[in-house]
Amino acid sequence: MTMYYNEMVDGGRVREPYAMLSDWIEAMPAEIRQMKQAEAEALFRRIGITFAVYGEGGDPDRLIPFDMMPRVFLQSEWRRLERGIKQRARALNAFLRDVYGRGEIVRAGRIPARLVYQNAAYEKAVVGFVPPRGVFSHIVGIDIVRTGRDEFYVLEDNCRTPSGVSYMLENREIMMRMFPALFRNNCIEPVDQYPELLRRTLASVAPAKCDGPPTVVILTPGHYNSAYYEHSFLANLMGIELVEGSDLFVDGGFVYMRTTQGPKRVDVIYRRIDDQFLDPLCFRRDSMLGVPGLMDVYRSGGVSIASAPGAGVADDKAVYTFVPEMIRFYLGEEPILRNVQTWTLWKDEDYRYVMANLKDLVVKEVHGSGGYGMLIGPCATQAEIEAFALRIQADPGNYIAQPVLALSTSPTFVDEGVAPRHVDLRPFCLCGDRIELVPGGLTRVALREGSLVVNSSQGGGVKDTWILSE
Amino acid sequence: MLSRTAANLFWMGRHLERAETAARLLDVGARITLLPNTAEGYRNEWESLLRASGAQAAFAERYGDEITQENIESWLFFDHANPASVASCIERAREGGRIVRTALTSQVWDALNMAYQELRALERQPRARLDTAMLTDFTTRHGSTVRGAINATQLRNDGWHFVNLGYSLERADATARLLDVKYFVLLPRVEFVGSGLDNYQWQVILRALSAHRAFHWAYGGEVTAGKVADFLILNGESPRSLLTSLYEAVWHLDGLVRRYGAEVPASASGRAHETLEQLMARDIEAIFDEGLHEFLSWFINELASISNAVHDDYLSGRM
Repeated sequence: MTMYYNEMVDGGRVREPYAMLSDWIEAMPAEIRQMKQAEAEALFRRIGITFAVYGEGGDPDRLIPFDMMPRVFLQSEWRRLERGIKQRARALNAFLRDVYGRGEIVRAGRIPARLVYQNAAYEKAVVGFVPPRGVFSHIVGIDIVRTGRDEFYVLEDNCRTPSGVSYMLENREIMMRMFPALFRNNCIEPVDQYPELLRRTLASVAPAKCDGPPTVVILTPGHYNSAYYEHSFLANLMGIELVEGSDLFVDGGFVYMRTTQGPKRVDVIYRRIDDQFLDPLCFRRDSMLGVPGLMDVYRSGGVSIASAPGAGVADDKAVYTFVPEMIRFYLGEEPILRNVQTWTLWKDEDYRYVMANLKDLVVKEVHGSGGYGMLIGPCATQAEIEAFALRIQADPGNYIAQPVLALSTSPTFVDEGVAPRHVDLRPFCLCGDRIELVPGGLTRVALREGSLVVNSSQGGGVKDTWILSE
Repeated sequence: MLSRTAANLFWMGRHLERAETAARLLDVGARITLLPNTAEGYRNEWESLLRASGAQAAFAERYGDEITQENIESWLFFDHANPASVASCIERAREGGRIVRTALTSQVWDALNMAYQELRALERQPRARLDTAMLTDFTTRHGSTVRGAINATQLRNDGWHFVNLGYSLERADATARLLDVKYFVLLPRVEFVGSGLDNYQWQVILRALSAHRAFHWAYGGEVTAGKVADFLILNGESPRSLLTSLYEAVWHLDGLVRRYGAEVPASASGRAHETLEQLMARDIEAIFDEGLHEFLSWFINELASISNAVHDDYLSGRM
């Protein structure tokens, strides 16, 4: 039987960060709790923080379940995480600069050339181009799990367009609105400076041709996208326009948006659409979401794109195994945060080991996300394992395997009261002229008892995440 | 402001007003059926409603020629196949608002989203529990809440002008169409003009525009066709009259012209000013001489041209 680290109760005693929450829970009768839970849900629905799932039938405005029980970190715990996350973000950007430049890390034999240059996310269109300040990934979301008091692992890196930050901000708003006393009586680091930091970060990477205060926009695939709420939320808090591809056009080496007063030049585009859809002249020709000619303007320094096209090559699950190498190679430091042990199935010995131990491992597609396309050995039936094995045999290079991590648990409100449920953490690191991180992140929680999958598409919920100040 | 944002705000205003129009049509219809029965039953009255909303064919396609109160209620309130039903309009206004949330205050979004959520709750209720008065009240109540939130909390910027431009053009159009119902109701029965029945029907129109008390304050005394038409067409105090609505549209267009300066084309403003002048040059006798229906058709066409000019000037995204 696996032992899971309980973030609240350790060695039979309530840990210090959770001490006041323990009193709070005890002082709250069940009916008050239910009332508050209903109030929170009504608030989410009224504000419109829903996770739109179109084309699946049912309610198109689904709520991500919100658990009122916060997850708490001590300042000392957070400081270590913060240093580790910033270190990782620096290394990932150094790697991207390198592989679109001279490729020193490949020449030095520290990472196989095939993994980089034959990677589906490697964009030949930007080879040799260095974006402003050398930053490719401006918002790095690093998924972290905890397995013990001092044991933190990075589960994956997200260098393209990590989502979820709106939940980090709204969960806090709602908690502050419903339980002001909790905040008055505890010193909890604020997170609401995030939009301002993001705006500053994006403005700091304006192209050289931009003369004057840069115009920054968010590019969204449109209101049918499941993360549309987040796009409009961030645009609103930053006070910038939320544009669709059809609002933009290219003329004379610059990008403009169509406004009621005629064309207006755009300097920085925070895009929330995939590389493949950015520019039909350069990538997918059938893309209706992008802007024809955008990549030419980008490469000639007329506009900045965040994250830079091609940034995805740093965050797939195969390249992930080499991030500790990157940290040593570019920064000359030892990694502060650990990687999860990973078997890469294109290696014969790994392949043999994994195929023989499928029932004990988690197997994931290299480019999969959202908890889809994965096998959790201990939870799967024999038939599911056999079916998955056939898929692996057909294309071993498309898979990696990891041990089943003993994800820590955090106390969570359930029907019967409070019970431990497994959690992960996604902090959002900003990279521009500086590297910044607000003290907090999005905690996702697997609400089903025993479940280790925290994705919202698979029955996961969210929590407010507190960093206690000293 | 993005052209697309402006277009969404403009159409949000139009759809919100249009939802109220559908509810008002429903109310007029319900009240007309309370009149002493005529030889053809209620058929003429309901048909006139459908004709005024330009939906005779679409309705027939969906419900055949069975014109019952329930079918018309479905059509005007619930039916998503009718683009001008209350449900369609609230849904589209809310969708438009969702797209341009960055241009709305949280109070406006809240009011809009609330209307939509309650509409969905209403759609799930058994129809037997809903009566016409409740449906029209629902619509005007939410309409007022959203409008109040807009006028109390939105910045007085170009976005505000676009929403209100949508509202005022749509309202002018709606009043004109409601007046046209009157024309359709009475056309086959010239002998009714000036009779007690005729006056009752004019009162119904006033009621549907929530204007029967206001009318009495403004004119006093007897309800006559001339006075009511004057109140709804040419009276500058009457909030839904053609003159007031058009004047408001002109005011918002002027606001845009002042804000945007000479570099942005202003054909909509020019056009609206012209129409306003022509409207003010008429009195009610002239309009009755010309023929009420002819006059209304001219006016509705003018509104369409102004609306098209708004698109050309601001919403089409000149490059």
